[in-house]
Amino acid sequence: MPQNPADRRVVVTGPPRQARRVSGYYRPRTEIDEQTTLGHTYVRSLMRTQLRTALAVFAVLGLLVGPLPLLFAAMPDAQHLVWAILGFGLYAPLVLLARWFVRRAERNERDFVRLVEDR
Amino acid sequence: MNSSYAVPAVALVVLATVLVGAFGLRISRTTSDFYVASRTVGPRLNAAAISGEYLSAASFLGIAGLVLVQGPDMLWYPVGYTAGYLVLLLFVAAPLRRSGAYTLPDFAEARLSSQAVRRLAGAFVVGTGWLYLLPQLQGAGLTLTVLTNAPDWLGGVIVAVVVVAIVAAGGMRSITFVQAFQYWLKLTALLVPALFLILAWQGDGAPRHAFDEPATFREQSAVRVDDTLDLKLDRALTVTVTGTVDGRAHEDDKISLPAGTHHIESGTRLTFDQGAPVPEPDRGSGGSLSPSQAENRGERPLYATYGLILATFLGTMGLPHVVVRFYTSPHGVAARRTTVAVLGLIGAFYLLPPVYGALGRLYAPELTLAGDADAAVLLLPERMIGGLGGDLLGALVAGGAFAAFLSTASGLTMAVAGVLTQDVLPSRGVRHFRLGTVLAMAVPLAASALVGGLPVADAVGLAFAVSASSFCPLLVLGIWWRRLTPPGAAAGMLVGGGSALLAVAATMAGFPGSGALHALLAWPALWSVPLGFLTMILVSLATPGRVPAGTAAILARFHLPEELRAEVKA
Repeated sequence: MPQNPADRRVVVTGPPRQARRVSGYYRPRTEIDEQTTLGHTYVRSLMRTQLRTALAVFAVLGLLVGPLPLLFAAMPDAQHLVWAILGFGLYAPLVLLARWFVRRAERNERDFVRLVEDR
Repeated sequence: MNSSYAVPAVALVVLATVLVGAFGLRISRTTSDFYVASRTVGPRLNAAAISGEYLSAASFLGIAGLVLVQGPDMLWYPVGYTAGYLVLLLFVAAPLRRSGAYTLPDFAEARLSSQAVRRLAGAFVVGTGWLYLLPQLQGAGLTLTVLTNAPDWLGGVIVAVVVVAIVAAGGMRSITFVQAFQYWLKLTALLVPALFLILAWQGDGAPRHAFDEPATFREQSAVRVDDTLDLKLDRALTVTVTGTVDGRAHEDDKISLPAGTHHIESGTRLTFDQGAPVPEPDRGSGGSLSPSQAENRGERPLYATYGLILATFLGTMGLPHVVVRFYTSPHGVAARRTTVAVLGLIGAFYLLPPVYGALGRLYAPELTLAGDADAAVLLLPERMIGGLGGDLLGALVAGGAFAAFLSTASGLTMAVAGVLTQDVLPSRGVRHFRLGTVLAMAVPLAASALVGGLPVADAVGLAFAVSASSFCPLLVLGIWWRRLTPPGAAAGMLVGGGSALLAVAATMAGFPGSGALHALLAWPALWSVPLGFLTMILVSLATPGRVPAGTAAILARFHLPEELRAEVKA
């Protein structure tokens, strides 16, 4: 393959980009690395987002499972229902909740990386 | 039960475990390999290993037995065991991996930089681990007794020896392969017989009264009562008795027992007519060790169900053998994905025990009286299919049961031995780890010889309650709350976990026998978990000066994605 001068120019643009990174002192990424107050604020915001996601899923779990014992106690004749729900019905929703949470948590992290990398 | 196939099956499982362990040994070289498999275990292998480790004897035998004795309410156990992983995923999985610690005490020390909290966490790890090892050894003894009439202690000793050999020889790396192998073995060992049993049930005209309350005898059946028990009858019942009932000796007499409680001496033989309802043993008066069996189906308070839900949902994250596995993931994102895979795997497995429980109510209801309901899973193939096929399927189930004891016991031994090596024995290193392994197994083995008779699934429930009230607050607050202090963490663990432990011990000692106070003590999670959280928060707020200096940096490490952190270090 013939060496195209234009290609080479692209390759050597690497160093300037790094230089810009060093000079960009006020970027959030540096704040986190240096553990400044502003950096902690960034980390805190990530924690809050993740905690909110986790609590939301936890609330859904509570609403899904919490009323069941009351329901079963209210309908003592519906033994078939107890067998069906507890024996076979709850596992699929649990897995779906977990998958939904993982997708949300990973998206939160990607958004955060994009924010602090200033991309 | 015919033991000519079962014994080779158990031997084969033990042999295969040793071989797979030896395969891991060849590639287990460094100390890091030993403790955390050098953190290179991918999600799929790790998920199978976690599931294999988690599905203990309580899951394999205990749930079907409990459902057989106490009805479908007991299915809250497997639901809770599974949902516990969801809660673990939500609040703990990724930050715990990113914390970079080996064990729970390591986590406590890294987060709070306090040796005292570290030692306290270590003590709780060892305590919960031993509490959880006990039923594994007893279950192994029971299985071997049912299969071969071998003495009670033999099965436990076999499991102990094999586990110590594998763990001491290969550490975490070899355990990972063993556990993954045993998950698939356990699934097969329950799934294949379950399919045949369902076919046999269909061939039998698919009787549906398994779900009716109470269970009934489908044919005339004789029951030999092994342990003296009190029988509670709602209605009069006609039985043929050989032995002693209510202090009167009978010899093949057909008598009618009026409604009420009747005292049956051990060794008595009862013959029930076809269609008779299966009477409920009244364990509460029999000095039983078990909280859940102390309450009968009818009077099982709603409170107990909620206590069980809370204990299992929140207790999973603190089980020492569960937590240690998260450190073997390569990074936080992998730890999360692994957990989702685990949820799928154990959820699939837990579809099977209810099948055995329901079929057990149809075909082996007398096990509730004979006192070894835990054996239902082992006995059903022979009972329903019989002949060579039944024997072979029974052997497969027996092999799976042994895999269950081996895998959970090795995971627990691993975790307990890790703590003993690092915090109790003088210096770190592989040789001391081996010494720790022997110590980790010797204590519960001795205890199982002394205590005896704790129902498998119940003893596991106790470990969950203690874990939920001590480690759950430590982990959740440690990961999400920046004002946690060492005194707060120590006080919370002591008050929450300690009170749960005391309540459980009081119940086991038989105090008090019944009533609301009994329910409160038998199911401590509902008050001990909030108590643990509250103590931890209040004491932390009262000692604001003791917040460790590096807290902000450590929390950043827990929560920042690895791609940001890698460059922080560089």
